[in-house]
Amino acid sequence: MSIHKLTLYELHTKFTAGEVTATEIVRAYGLRIGQVESKVKAYITQDKDAVTAQASALDASLKGWRKTAPMMGMPLAIKDNICTEGVTTTCASRMLGNFVPPYDATVIAKLREQGYLLLGKTNLDEFAMGSSTENSAFGPSRNPWNLQCVPGGSSGGSAAAVAADECAAALGSDTGGSIRQPAAFCGVVGLKPTYGRVSRYGLIAFASSLDQIGPITKDVTDAAFLLGAIAGQDPLDSTSADVPVSDYMKALKKKDLKKLKVGVPAEFFAEGLDPDVEQAVRAAIEELKALGGTIKEIQLPRTAAAVATYYVIATAEASSNLARYDGVKFGLRAKETKDLLDLYMKTRQEGFGPEVKRRIMLGTYVLSAGYYDAYYGKAQAVRTLIRQDFDEAFHEVDLIVTPVTPTPAFQFGTKSQDPLEMYLSDIFTISVNLAGVPAISLPCGFSQTGLPIGLQLIGRPFEEDTLLRAAYAYEQSTQWRTKKPMIR
Amino acid sequence: MEITKQDVEKVAKLARLELTENEKAAFATQLSQILTHVETLREYDTTGVELTATVLGQVNVFRPDEPRPSLPVERAVANAPESADGFFVVPKIIEDRQPL
Repeated sequence: MSIHKLTLYELHTKFTAGEVTATEIVRAYGLRIGQVESKVKAYITQDKDAVTAQASALDASLKGWRKTAPMMGMPLAIKDNICTEGVTTTCASRMLGNFVPPYDATVIAKLREQGYLLLGKTNLDEFAMGSSTENSAFGPSRNPWNLQCVPGGSSGGSAAAVAADECAAALGSDTGGSIRQPAAFCGVVGLKPTYGRVSRYGLIAFASSLDQIGPITKDVTDAAFLLGAIAGQDPLDSTSADVPVSDYMKALKKKDLKKLKVGVPAEFFAEGLDPDVEQAVRAAIEELKALGGTIKEIQLPRTAAAVATYYVIATAEASSNLARYDGVKFGLRAKETKDLLDLYMKTRQEGFGPEVKRRIMLGTYVLSAGYYDAYYGKAQAVRTLIRQDFDEAFHEVDLIVTPVTPTPAFQFGTKSQDPLEMYLSDIFTISVNLAGVPAISLPCGFSQTGLPIGLQLIGRPFEEDTLLRAAYAYEQSTQWRTKKPMIR
Repeated sequence: MEITKQDVEKVAKLARLELTENEKAAFATQLSQILTHVETLREYDTTGVELTATVLGQVNVFRPDEPRPSLPVERAVANAPESADGFFVVPKIIEDRQPL
């Protein structure tokens, strides 16, 4: 049995049955990471001694007693913008290169309480700003399917780690597609929950009205299993929702889409869509129909406004959130500065990379006197229109199906010189964050060059169960998940 | 929207960012391009449309005002670039004045 090839849920079943120990799990993943990490570069930080000690303590405590919590003994990777007490959390930034959080994010506290194993902290675009991990201060991660290609971003390290079997599952965060796009590029499953479904406490803030933590996993079952372990209201996050958490595993019992109406928005199949992606997604829609779904053409007429709206709102919120990095309370402090203002200016010059600076500049500009109403106010109003599009669509259908990205994974360097082009590649994922609704990305085929293609299902707020049910039915009726990358 | 080098310098000061000459030139061009794209939002009629600040529609979330444990001081300052006696150390911000 190759432990690293098991899904999270398979491994959980074996661990609960006493067929595998935590120590064996950590050893197996240590070997696997040793084989492929030098090529994939998924992790920023690993603490092998700590996780080995944690595993042996867990095994000792469990002698002869196998009543376990869902994530007990489960080897997970965590995106490095989620605070882990006592373990460096860098946000892939020089600014936080030595930051050791004094507390756990709520999702980490939940996992720790259940006895999970932290394999390491994964790479991302600096402060989660980017679509390729090329903006990491520690260098990019690589796509396990083709090492010349980006793994996507910003949760590129988490998606690459899952695809390369360097962890059983991972957590990412999604502000404009940062879970779903890398999941699509790496051929794995990524779920962005409804805004408010998962606590953001301890997630280092980028854009507070859009950010959401979610699972990146080897299959749909694992996404349901891991979401159940982290979801719920949290007194430490006032934007977490007072909505009961479903038993997401129960959503997987029906293997069909009977009585579900599935909307296909014409706006997502416009020019610029790669022919391989279009073909794969169209074939997936046929499959959803064959599974009993009723397919319906719908409109999301304000889709074209999403990128512009997002890059005003997200950068405005970011410029405010990132004001805290001033060289005083934590993080980098520039040396040899003449006064307090100079200390701020030089610290932020040295600590932030180009994309973060660009977004702080854009956000400051759209919030500045004279431009606030024309840019920020306008974007907030258009955001309302985009939400209305989704509200109206969900009167007619239960789910919306779209591509995740216009193209499969691109090669390093092809978009990093043109920020606007990079932003426009987020077109299919961004409106979901603006509307606050949940969406899942799952594999639906491969390009002619052998790169994975993702299918996006979008649901009503807090109807993650419906998303998971449909995604599971599709996954089980196809074989995409059985194909694994050859890492070379 | 044409962004000049002077605009960039003004915004950079507001954002407390020191920029190199190269960065200023690059940002002037890139921000002009991005803002030109953003101006396509003018095509959408938003007369009388409510603004969205958050999607959940929450107004205020209250909790009982009760004392709870907090981080010990030494852990709260542990990540500071410079601290002393449980305080953050910053450059002097008050000018010396001649005694009267």
